[in-house]
Amino acid sequence: MPETESPELIPIDITVNGVLHSLEIESRLTLLDFLREKLQVCGTKKGCDHGQCGACTVLLNGTRINSCLAFVVLHPGASVTTIEGLAEPGKLHPLQQAFYDLDAYQCGYCTPGQICSATGLINEGHARTRAEVRELMSGNLCRCGAYPNITSAILQVLAEGEAQ
Amino acid sequence: MRPFAFSRATDVADAVQQGSLAGCSFVAGATNLADLMKYDVTRPARLIDINPLTLRGIEELQSGGLRLGALATNAQTAYHARVQKQYPILASAILSGASAQLRNVATNGGNLNQRTRCYYFYNSALPCNKREPASGCSAVGGVTRVHGILGTSSACIATHPSDMCVALAVLNASVRVTGNFGDRVIPIAEYHRLPGDTPWLDNTLQHGELVTAIDLPNESFATNYTYLKLRDRQSYAFALVSIAVVMHMEDGVIREARVALGGVAHKPWRRTEAEQTLKGQQPSTQLFETFAEELVAGAVGYGDNDFKIELARRGIVRACHQAAEGTPQSQSDKDIA
Repeated sequence: MPETESPELIPIDITVNGVLHSLEIESRLTLLDFLREKLQVCGTKKGCDHGQCGACTVLLNGTRINSCLAFVVLHPGASVTTIEGLAEPGKLHPLQQAFYDLDAYQCGYCTPGQICSATGLINEGHARTRAEVRELMSGNLCRCGAYPNITSAILQVLAEGEAQ
Repeated sequence: MRPFAFSRATDVADAVQQGSLAGCSFVAGATNLADLMKYDVTRPARLIDINPLTLRGIEELQSGGLRLGALATNAQTAYHARVQKQYPILASAILSGASAQLRNVATNGGNLNQRTRCYYFYNSALPCNKREPASGCSAVGGVTRVHGILGTSSACIATHPSDMCVALAVLNASVRVTGNFGDRVIPIAEYHRLPGDTPWLDNTLQHGELVTAIDLPNESFATNYTYLKLRDRQSYAFALVSIAVVMHMEDGVIREARVALGGVAHKPWRRTEAEQTLKGQQPSTQLFETFAEELVAGAVGYGDNDFKIELARRGIVRACHQAAEGTPQSQSDKDIA
């Protein structure tokens, strides 16, 4: 869309994976584009860009959200965790390890969103059974169809009680 | 996305004052609004951030009812202990909708005010009376699988997409709003409207009015309720037809029943006069079939959605059985034997 004048810039403080960023942004900037285009933190993927696929899922103040539908200006002072920030350096997060062990991905494009979403799901504490995990992970699509193994990986981590 | 001006409201009075200006929209979770703006369907000149307002609480009312803050998220509402205990149909309906990620952000006020998911409303290249008054309706004569069968008009056959609102309809909820002309309480049945010849109006809010809360009366439907949602996949899809039922049962007799449909009309579809058919009766398939016929009377299909009429009839019968028998539809185990 051509622009006739420079959009207004709004100052904001936001922490991403433990690093505080103080900058000025356009009001229309989504958290997904902020991560990928401004910070070059590209683990978070853009799938549909309309909240239908879950590839862009990140943790905002510990809660899973679709970053493609989040205007950054609505979240001053927030702390964002992406797939890059989940694990301690040199060690896989329990969900990353379980996805690896149980072959819970094929092409891998949805995987960062799946793992961030599963982290949120475990923190929320509402899923115990396979049916509940499937239902509460339904916001994350996998076009390769790795769902059975994704569900198994999450159930394994749930059973081990290793939520962060 | 088009650029827009942005400001934060400091309190309700400030929000109302800022919101009264032309071209301004309130924004809270933005899960629907951001999407509409990406598709260039909605073009606000300015967004007013109402997240700083203290409208996040879920509080017991002196009457024994419950007040749901407009900024409480759908997830907070669905998992709230009082909601789960006293109004489990509301929890069930909310959890049947959207995804966990969306429910974590989407607010109760935003859920009320979300727009239709009519394909033609979303396609800014095609005429749509809801998006562009008097431009025409592309849905009539188009692909109509998701469209309405009840209360439609020649100007618009769109449906209201909310699950939460269908449950609110049978709970006799009321919507508290405030604006430059003071506070109002709108019964849920009068909040959303039928399209008529002004389909661009989804509801009866005036420009600049702000939803502050949703009140639930002091009643309890802990056992005899269900929210049955029928759709193209088992999760994360909008309803083709959904049925909310609450009943007060006494010695095997229906003392009171309330039934609302989602996915079939421009608002949750309820006919209180038809509900009288169920009053004082013992549950039976024949009774529920008679009632279903009354609830969908006058339904008109538009081709692809003709199936919704029979689906609604059968769904109503099944849902009434579920409610009467105290076996509400699970929102995680949805396989039908």
